[in-house]
Parts: sequence; C-alpha cells; structure tokens
Amino acid sequence: MNPPVATAFFFYLLAATMIIGGILVITRKNAVHSALALITALLAQAALYLMLYAPFVAGVQIILYAGGIMVLFLFVIMLISIERNMKERQFNKQWLVGIVAAAALGALFVTVYTKTSRGVSLFIEGRMSYGESQNTQMIANLLFDRRAGMYMFAFEIASLLLLVAIIGAVVMAKKRI
Amino acid sequence: MHAIVEYISSYLQSNQTPGAAGNFVWATIYILLVFVGLSIAVICMNWLERKILAHMQVRLGPMRVGPHGLLQPIADALKLLLKEDIIPAEADATVFWIAPFIVVLAAFTVFVVVPFGPTHAITDMNIGILFMLGVSSLAVLGIVTAGWASNSHYPLIGALRSSAQMVSYEVAMGLAVVSAIMMTSANAEGTGTLSMIGIVQAQLEQHEWFLFKYFPLGIVAFGIFAIAMVAETNRAPFDLPEAESELTAGFHTEYSGFRWSLFFLAEYSAMIAVSSIAVTLWLGGWLRPFPNALTGPTWDLVFSLFPGLTFLFLAALCFYSTVRMPKHPLFRIQTMGLAGFGVVLALIAAILFWGPARVRVQDIYWFSAKVAGFMYLYIWYRGTFPRYRFDQLMKVGWKVLLPTGLALLILTAIVGMRTEILSMFQEGLR
Repeated sequence: MNPPVATAFFFYLLAATMIIGGILVITRKNAVHSALALITALLAQAALYLMLYAPFVAGVQIILYAGGIMVLFLFVIMLISIERNMKERQFNKQWLVGIVAAAALGALFVTVYTKTSRGVSLFIEGRMSYGESQNTQMIANLLFDRRAGMYMFAFEIASLLLLVAIIGAVVMAKKRI
Repeated sequence: MHAIVEYISSYLQSNQTPGAAGNFVWATIYILLVFVGLSIAVICMNWLERKILAHMQVRLGPMRVGPHGLLQPIADALKLLLKEDIIPAEADATVFWIAPFIVVLAAFTVFVVVPFGPTHAITDMNIGILFMLGVSSLAVLGIVTAGWASNSHYPLIGALRSSAQMVSYEVAMGLAVVSAIMMTSANAEGTGTLSMIGIVQAQLEQHEWFLFKYFPLGIVAFGIFAIAMVAETNRAPFDLPEAESELTAGFHTEYSGFRWSLFFLAEYSAMIAVSSIAVTLWLGGWLRPFPNALTGPTWDLVFSLFPGLTFLFLAALCFYSTVRMPKHPLFRIQTMGLAGFGVVLALIAAILFWGPARVRVQDIYWFSAKVAGFMYLYIWYRGTFPRYRFDQLMKVGWKVLLPTGLALLILTAIVGMRTEILSMFQEGLR
C-alpha cells in the first residue's frame, strides 16, 4: 500500500479554494463571474471527494455539476442583460434566515471540534473504508446487488422524480404538444 | 544521491504506470512526453490537414515555406506569437483572458488517463472513462465564456449554438460509452471496469474488439460515438459554432494572436482525445492486430517491425521528393533540408528497429496509428460533407442518435445477460 498522496496541504488548499469561490459567488455583481466562481468551488469539491477515496462521486460531480448544470446556468445568465443588472442595487431580504442557518452550522462545527478534541467520537467507529480502486464497484453493489443492494428503490424513486421534472418542464415550455 | 537514483530507476523495473507506482519523477517525465508529443501531433495535423484538403480539392496547398510547405506550421506559429494581442474595449477582460485557458486545460488534462500502452499511461484511474468524459465536457464552459466575454454578436451566437450542440450530443455519446462499458463485464466474474487500461485488457481477454462484439450492437454503438464525437469537437460537418459563412469565426471571432492559437491547440488536442476514447473503447487500444490469432515469436517480431517500417517509409518518401526537387540553385537549401529531414527519419527508424526500443514502443505505435486513422477521417469529413443546418443538427442528435442509443443500451443489456434470462425462463416453465 502506497502512502496517501493527498496530504493535509491539499485539503487546506481545496477548502480555501471552495470558501473563496463561495464568497465570490455571493459578492460578485456580475452573474457570469458568480457562475464561474461557483464552477471553481464545485471543481474543488470534486477534488475533495477524490481525497475521500470516492472517485466515482468525484467524476459524477464533474460531469453533472461542472459540465452539465453550470453550462445551462451560464446559458440562461447570458441571455439576461448584464448591463442593467450591474446598475441595480443588490439587496438581500433573507438575511435573518441566513444568519440562523449560518449560526446552526457554526454551532455544529464547534461541537464536533470540541467533542473530537476531547476524544469523544461522534461518528461510527467502524466506518466502511475501501481502497480507491473498489469505490465504483462498491457503489454498484450497494445499488444493484441481490443481497446487499438496499438503495435500489430509493435510486429508482429519485430518477422517477427527475423524469417528472423533465415532463413538467416540457409541458410548461410548450403550450401545444 | 544514491537514494534518488534508486528512486528514479525503481520505476524502470515495475510493470505499472508511474501514477500507480507512485513515482513522482517518472510521472512528470511522462506528462512532459505526452505534452510534447501532443504539440508535435497538432503541428503535424495542421500541415496534413491543409495538404490533404488541398489534394482533395485538386490544389497543391502550402508549397512556399520549406519543401512541400513542411515549415508552414512553424511559420504560422511564429506569426501567431508575434501578432498583436487584442482585447476588445467593450469585452469583459478577466473572463476573456481566462476562457482560452479553460479550453486548453480541459483538452490537455484528459490525457492523464489515456492508455498508450499497458504501462504507458500517466496514471490509471478507477473512473478513467468517466474522468475523460467529465473533463472534456468542461471545454464547453471555455467556449461559452469566450463567446460571452467578447461582448459581440457573432461570438455570442456561436457560443450559444456550441453549448446547445455539445450538451445534446454528450447524451448520445454517453449512452454509446455505457454500452461499451457493459461489454467489459462479459467475463466469468461478471464485473466490468471503468478504467481505460482495464477496458483494453477486457478486450484482450474476450478475444475480440468491442467493435465486433454482439454484432451488430458494437458497430452501432461505435457509429453513434463516431458521429457524436465530431459534433462534440465542433468539426465539419457539425462546425456550426464557427460557421464562417454565417458567424465570421463563431466564438473566437474576437480572439487574435496567442489566445487564438490556444483555441486552435485545444480543438486539435480535443480531437485527439475523443479519438483515443473511441480507440480505447472499440478498437482495442494499444493491442496490435490479431493478438490472439497470430501468436508466436515470429508474428511478434513481424508486428514489432511496423513502427520502424513506417518511419523508413516516411524517410523513403523524403528521399524520393529530394530527388524530384527542382535543380535550380535557389532550391539548394530546401533540397538539403529535405534530405536532412529524411536522414533524421531514417535514424528514428533505425532506433525503432533496435531490440529493446522495438518492444517498448510497439503499444504506443499501434495506439497512435489507430488514432491517426481517426484524424484522417476528420479531414476527410471536412473535405466531403456539407455543413448541417442547426435544426437538422438538433434533429440528428435528439431524434436519431438518442433513441438509437437508448435501444442499443437495452439490447446490449439483454444480450449480455442472455444466459441468466434464459435460465430464469426455464425455471419459470418448470
């Protein structure tokens, strides 16, 4: 077994990229710049998945979010007149909800940090740890295996939901089919 | 000092890719080699495309710079580097600046997992093919941002067309790829693989290229991919994002000089990247023809002579052209240069005939030869087919390729599981 290539340095680098990207998303006035910052954050997130030995999730993250959804985002944003948006004053009517959510998340982080630094583990000890090379196969087993495949139903329900969303979009976009 | 030499040479004995062996130095060397090789391939493609297109249209093509225009790509590169680099006044300078780099990064990063041979890849990922599809789909971001940042009409229309086109053909492409990945699981254990090296090894173990597997399913999947990959790389006949007659030059209208050359570089390396996906998935990657039927040391020797013979043939072509050069004093330097180029090619051929090099280089040669076939097809398409109209393009993508791909996926699954399905029926009858 080789020593892990992904050291703490990479974690801090990626985490910093994500945080800076996230801040840029909400502070940029230009929507296209925000979208590009969001793409950066999503790519850094994919790299974090890689560090967690979950390459399949990382690959899907790149294909779906960075490659697919963000292209549609950009597509829509580019059809908006940016010049008018730039002149408008930015407003935020959800600051109260935002503060509550941020405080809750911060409290969670502080709790986890203080508990774990005192030696109390909040997480299940025997977490499943597979090598990087088995990740995709393990996901397939959890989904499709006859005995261990317990997420098949949930997976199918989720895809059915997406199908409903697609049909709904078509119905709403087209008056007459 | 000794430890460093040990570390570097430790890779030479191993049978892994440098990424899998965890050897940092060799990984860097491989990355540099792939980068240099790609740049040379793009330069060659540039020259070949102009020459072949010209000959298809009964022209001569570039003939002025160097013998048979051989130095034309270098002259062009110099011109592009020396040209003034213009950023339009109304453009979004930052995004305009970033866009070409996104395209180039996406086009070059995918080569991390391209298997030129069982050990000749920078690294082998468990999600190889997924990584290639994902990263190459990032190129569309660069194109869209380039079109938008130019703040001009034609680039924006080109960018919108290109994103619509690339997003819709990605779907059909993905379906074709999934059917090929399903074929990798047709072994005793029933476990498939997404790793690029694993896919080629599966073809070796199953004794056939996936092109011919479950005839005609493999060929249909390959056909879908072959159409979708031309659309993905925005090449003729699907080059609507840069349709000259309608959009000037599409998304890169406002780009000039070095930045334009980055787009050019990215386009050609993306072509090579998708061709290498096709070669890996359906044409047996680095495997030489008939690795299972024509076995034995004699056949091994015969096939390992091919790389050297190819270079010898090129050298012979050079010498033949040298003899045919005009006998005018003004052409003396060009004639000498061509003869010198022939000598260099012959020397490379001599190195490739040498035992150890012959064995090491074989896989790379067969892989590159198959990819080169695709590159020729790209040029051929450009010389042959008229450009599609945009509604026709969308119709082909969504109404022809997508349903065919879906049907193919289901059929491949049924054929792959035929023994299980049959036994289920027999149990049901009993």
